[in-house]
Amino acid sequence: MDKRKLKKKTLSVISKLYVILIFLFFYAPVVVMVVFSFNDSRANVVWQGFTTKWYTKLFQDTELWMVFGKTLFIAVVTTLLGVVVGTMGAVGFMNAKFKGKKLITNSIYFPIVIPEIVLAIATLLVFTQGGIDLSMGTIIIGNTTLVLPYVYITIKARLVGMDPSIEEASLDLGANRFYTFMHVTLPAIVPGVMSGAFMAFSLALDDLIITSFLANAETATLPMKVYSMIKKGVSPEINALTTIIFGVSMVAMLAYLIKELVNMITIRRKKARSI
Amino acid sequence: MTKTNEEQLLAKPNKRKRKDKKSFKTRLASIIMCGPISVWSVLFIILPIILLAFMSFMTKGPLGRVVYKFTFENYAEMFKPVYFTVIKQSLIIALWTTLLTVLLGYPLAAFIANVKKKTSGILTVLMMLPLWVSGLVILYSFVIMLNKTGVINQFLLNLHLIKKPLNLLYNNFAVIVGMIYMFLPFAVLPMFSSIEKLDKGLIEASKDLGAGPVKTFMKVTLPLTSPGIFAAVILTFIPCIGYYMVTDMLGGGTNMMVGNLIYRQFTISRNWPFGAALAMVLAIVIFLMLFIYTKLGGDLDDLGA
Repeated sequence: MDKRKLKKKTLSVISKLYVILIFLFFYAPVVVMVVFSFNDSRANVVWQGFTTKWYTKLFQDTELWMVFGKTLFIAVVTTLLGVVVGTMGAVGFMNAKFKGKKLITNSIYFPIVIPEIVLAIATLLVFTQGGIDLSMGTIIIGNTTLVLPYVYITIKARLVGMDPSIEEASLDLGANRFYTFMHVTLPAIVPGVMSGAFMAFSLALDDLIITSFLANAETATLPMKVYSMIKKGVSPEINALTTIIFGVSMVAMLAYLIKELVNMITIRRKKARSI
Repeated sequence: MTKTNEEQLLAKPNKRKRKDKKSFKTRLASIIMCGPISVWSVLFIILPIILLAFMSFMTKGPLGRVVYKFTFENYAEMFKPVYFTVIKQSLIIALWTTLLTVLLGYPLAAFIANVKKKTSGILTVLMMLPLWVSGLVILYSFVIMLNKTGVINQFLLNLHLIKKPLNLLYNNFAVIVGMIYMFLPFAVLPMFSSIEKLDKGLIEASKDLGAGPVKTFMKVTLPLTSPGIFAAVILTFIPCIGYYMVTDMLGGGTNMMVGNLIYRQFTISRNWPFGAALAMVLAIVIFLMLFIYTKLGGDLDDLGA
């Protein structure tokens, strides 16, 4: 019995060590990115001493901020569009029955699994064959297609964990469908909507492949700029900017998302148990 | 008695009428709710794939134009040695990436599935966070780490483990490391989900019946969590073949993926039909994998949450 306990203990130590190693792999590049944002070297490959000049430079770089603003705008509109369409769809598909529903619900998952470049050129074909000029609008459409399945899945998971009798009770008590949706369904799925929105926002903010295929010559987003800078040998300014974005999302996550995402997982567990 | 019967008779058609009205309202609500997402997926998911298939059978014209004449040429072109080498090379990289991703990810998924709910939530978010913020810049950090004067080589030199700096960058090794970094978090999620759904009683039963841990794992745990593993493979293998950024940044000139090839057809080479044909092959393989996955009882929702 004692031997068994010892064996169990070693196993748990080994598994913890393993997880630490994997997270080291996940976070080593992040640490390098942060450290090298303070590197006093243009080439940004070898460490040459501490400086904060890239941060100062970053705040003075008006062109970069314009690009960042444009990217932010695209990400915000994409998120709104994705969340509205995705939430309505997830709620609607729960009890709708119609011909071709299966084809549509299945096709929603394609953007997750097909390589992004395939989705990018396929969407590009719609616009070129339809004679539609590329613009910021086409970028937003492409990005929305990309984020839609993630929003849809997160909200669907939340809905599955919801008790349908609450909605029925509201309807039986005389509330109409719109009122029920606004006052019963929506509040119940808010955490799912929030984490879906977070996912959509970060995907849209960071998207390179779809955006670069659907952008016209004038519209360059931040990831596109970063990519071209990387090809030329990155400027530590980009490291500084990403460090700031990383810091902000880290704080945001600590403040709010842990709680909500934990809720999500609890619901998934409940769902798993009921199966 | 008769009165109530009468009342019932009178009430019946009325009730039916109300039901009809309700079902019309239900239908209307359904149309409003499902309409936008349905239109969206027809216009921007289904239609694009149809156009892609159409484009893959067209002929390449002069100056990168497309001539609308039916041909199988684009599919035959893939077997030309120049392109076939790229396909072979991508398959090798994708196979290694998938194998290592599943092998590294499964124990991690098992760990996350077996800790407290709260901890598992935090670990999942922490795992996804670097990619959510900027996969691109973080990928570039690998250049800083892996180059000849990079962090890893310096570290090994200082420890006197090596005498000369190792060639860690611009080769298949760097590409596979980068690919694993990009795909591992996504692959862990479905495996985590299927390990979590596993009925712990079955493992107990197997142990009680005298099976050792290895036998229990091989005969009970592994078969029951295989949908999760399959989902992980779906999320890694084909996306890896189509991903061009890792090879672009961490690979040498010869490390090309099919993704790079597609990218070139739409940029430098301007041969859209051939690029479409390559993309179509990837799409078809993915559809087949998804079809098998759902037929085996896999849950599509596990692919991305």
